[in-house]
Amino acid sequence: MSGGVLPAAAFDRAAVEAFLIHEADLIDRRDFEAWLALYTDDCRYWVPLEEGQADPQHTVSLIYDDRKLLETRVRRLGHPRAHAQAPPSRTVHTVANIAVEPEPEDGRIVVRSNQIVAEYRQNRTRLFAGRCTHRLEPAGDGYRIALKRIDLIDSEGENRGIPIIL
Amino acid sequence: MWTTERIAALVQPGRVHRDAYTDPGIFDLEMERLFGRAWLLLGHDSQIPGAGDFVTTQMGRQPVLMVRRRDGGVAVLFNRCAHRGSTVCSAAKGTVTRFVCPYHGWTYGLDGALLAVPSPAGYPEDRNPQRRLGLAEVPRAEVYRGFVFASLAADGPSLRDFLGPLISSFDDLVDRAPDGEVEVAGGVSRHAYDGNWKFVLENHLDTIHPRYVHASSIAAANEQDDASPTDGAGEVGVRQMRQNGAPDDLWEGIGLWVAGGGHGYMADYHDDEKLVAASDDPVHTEYRKRMEAAYGPARAREILAVTRWNSIVFPNVSFMSQFGQLRIVRPLAAGRTVLDTYVFRLKGAPEAMFRRAVAFANVVNGTGSPVLTDDLEVYERLQAGLGADGNEWVDTGRGFGRDVRDGDNGLDRGGTGTSEIAVRNQFRAWAAYMTDADAGGMAVAAE
Repeated sequence: MSGGVLPAAAFDRAAVEAFLIHEADLIDRRDFEAWLALYTDDCRYWVPLEEGQADPQHTVSLIYDDRKLLETRVRRLGHPRAHAQAPPSRTVHTVANIAVEPEPEDGRIVVRSNQIVAEYRQNRTRLFAGRCTHRLEPAGDGYRIALKRIDLIDSEGENRGIPIIL
Repeated sequence: MWTTERIAALVQPGRVHRDAYTDPGIFDLEMERLFGRAWLLLGHDSQIPGAGDFVTTQMGRQPVLMVRRRDGGVAVLFNRCAHRGSTVCSAAKGTVTRFVCPYHGWTYGLDGALLAVPSPAGYPEDRNPQRRLGLAEVPRAEVYRGFVFASLAADGPSLRDFLGPLISSFDDLVDRAPDGEVEVAGGVSRHAYDGNWKFVLENHLDTIHPRYVHASSIAAANEQDDASPTDGAGEVGVRQMRQNGAPDDLWEGIGLWVAGGGHGYMADYHDDEKLVAASDDPVHTEYRKRMEAAYGPARAREILAVTRWNSIVFPNVSFMSQFGQLRIVRPLAAGRTVLDTYVFRLKGAPEAMFRRAVAFANVVNGTGSPVLTDDLEVYERLQAGLGADGNEWVDTGRGFGRDVRDGDNGLDRGGTGTSEIAVRNQFRAWAAYMTDADAGGMAVAAE
């Protein structure tokens, strides 16, 4: 979808919500291969360090994956000696406050949402709360993800490692 | 009761007692005798370029701030109101014209001088606080090439004596800038683990761990299709993950050097060929050109020939010049540690080099990194495992008896690249500080 006019149906909030729930469900079921298949070739999976961070190139991030790094990340999660995920975490993603922006960016639909991820592992439960920005490209009867940006409220805090997919 | 004899008995040839990592009483003594005396790196003066710019941090458990004074100097002050004790500054960083206590409004200048108190008439003339009080200055503070160090002890070795041969690692970082200066850029990220602070300093000079701790990211990176789309970040990340899986003979060939005070560094690991894909990399070619223009070809070659990787300045700094990375270690408890991580921009170097440094930082310091998360997991498993009574000793014997004196430069070298010389050396300094045998912990001796 480069520069073309996006179909009005692509902005349908119910369709977008169903897609975000589907994405979250794939993560919580640890079907990371299927999750990765949702992403475009030019995708970014990004957890910035700073509130309102403009740029992943000149400021460090908690996570900043292009397609190549995201493929490596997902492949590693399937490795038996991925120590930080052995045993694996159990997660529940809750997605709420979904809003579809009326204007696309770079030919993609922009969706804002709030996300709370509860993680249980090794007798500890942690919460990761953040604002999400998705850039979605209509594909078939759903979408593909060109950007998933998660702005954690405690991104500048003293956090232990975050080995899960947010 | 931790007597000198009992503390001294924790560090033995080739082994260390687990209490050094787990005992809260030992941690209290570390805060007093080690973090209370050694020079600690607080940050870099590029973080506070203008008058009133400040950064808050901790020295041991004590809240301090570094601030740019109006005269251009750097002041290191205790972040503690002289009145009732509140911190005067709660932000991690910022800019002020003065520090105002939130409790009763006591107001301080950038040098810590008390400028105003409420209801001054309420004090008898000879008790006027402005005559006697202010924000207390940390006893010693010194800046070396922009790096701000301070010591909570009024007496002890000078910063230069403390750093010893490791001063050249700071030179290596700064000299790599064509303009001869570096600056902190790209944000300060933090990560934490529920484990002892010493683990990370040991790990950064541990050349056996990568193939085990990072087995999963090495395998994932080795299987990665090079043709997959990348904006450069993935390129840098995948290359570093693969490098962790270097063959055994490369690790054995690494140079591990240690100095007095527990400091040390590893070298001969990466060189530019491995770092930038090929020596005809256009960014690196442009960089070399600028270095030669700035320093002349001979000096530029000399600077770039240094192949140092991690340098440790005990007890709170780990850094490396090749990608301009630095970590400050802040112990919070025997089983809790925080790291503040910095990226440096080499002034005058091509901007693309800084972008690579940021991409590299995300892989080695990113809280969600497929590499770092496995390090942090292992630190936490160390702390958990050391709770076991079945074996009270940690083994530090690899390469024992084969450390060699490296000429008269104040350095010892590991007999092989996988020696545990750095751990033994850190504990030699640790024991000296903790038993007061050598106030600076500066002795170095091959064993």
